[in-house]
Amino acid sequence: MGENTRPRLLEIRQGVLSKNDRLAQELRARFAAARVFVVNLVSSPGSGKTTLLERTLSQLRARGHAVAALVGDLATENDARRLARSGAPIRQIVTDGICHLEAAMVAAHLEGWDLAALDFLFVENVGNLVCPASYDLGESMRVVLLSVTEGEDKPLKYPTMFHAADLVLLTKMDLAQATEFDREEALAAIHAVNPGVPVVETAAKKGRLDAWLTLLEERAGVKRASPAAGG
Amino acid sequence: MHELSIAYSLVEIASQAADSMGIRRVDVVHLRLGALSGVVQDALLFAYEIAAKGTVLEGSRLAIQELPVVVHCSRCQADRTLPGIQHFRCPVCGEPTGQIVQGRELEIVSLEYTDPVPEPAPCRSPNGSTGKPPR
Ligand SMILES: [Zn+2]
Repeated sequence: MGENTRPRLLEIRQGVLSKNDRLAQELRARFAAARVFVVNLVSSPGSGKTTLLERTLSQLRARGHAVAALVGDLATENDARRLARSGAPIRQIVTDGICHLEAAMVAAHLEGWDLAALDFLFVENVGNLVCPASYDLGESMRVVLLSVTEGEDKPLKYPTMFHAADLVLLTKMDLAQATEFDREEALAAIHAVNPGVPVVETAAKKGRLDAWLTLLEERAGVKRASPAAGG
Repeated sequence: MHELSIAYSLVEIASQAADSMGIRRVDVVHLRLGALSGVVQDALLFAYEIAAKGTVLEGSRLAIQELPVVVHCSRCQADRTLPGIQHFRCPVCGEPTGQIVQGRELEIVSLEYTDPVPEPAPCRSPNGSTGKPPR
């Protein structure tokens, strides 16, 4: 009796990231049940993400909201320590060289937190515009940062990430003139890869975050408690 | 580069499927890869070899079917294939559209394997040890 060596086919039809996607969906359901609005912040290194987050946390607190953040970091603890100055609970996710956050990492770092007591949870993703694009974290909104110092054509160089954005923040707008930033060109590039995506301008160092904060409050369906602070 | 993470996930899924069917050697793994998947083909091929080492997939070929982005144009009322991923507008009428019909795929379709097991398949005794095929 001879061996049967016919080539055979086994159908699989499964997404490579189906495990992450499933976990992200579980997280999304958990966040929805706790009524916490979760923001996944993505950018290149040097786009001012940590400064933006620090000021965002402080000002949202000043507006009467309960906020917290998870910070994905390749190396040092500096970002987390800096952010802790905002007074918000901060946890660091050390990625051990991994260039993106995954849903499992987020889930593992939520333990012990009362999500229902929070209005906003920010997840600062690892600083790059490629890898985080593939991983759903269960966020309510994915925000991609583009600083005026990075070049207006950046969205065309990283179309996958900008395409996946629910919102684009133009950061460091206070430097727009000094860097001869062409706002129209940047908007054209953003909308080429993601037609209709909302774009909001910020200057975190100057405390100019109002449009961004108001948008967050609207999307989260929470009201500003105290009219004080900010500007 | 996150292609290594992707490759490990791919190998995990494919080798579990192979193991569950008693497959001991896989020749080809078929993958559908959308232009918007965020995965670079060459990097994935390289990472695949590393990730497959020591598994039932070692030495197998990763066959990638690349899928362009297809959008739905509401003005034309038709699905249109985009030539790239930098301009999300209908290539026929120019209408901007982000309505993706295809292009995000990162999916294992199937495995090809050569089954060296004589037919009929070997018997298994109740205690789980493999018996000789009946003559
Ligand atoms: Zn059209």
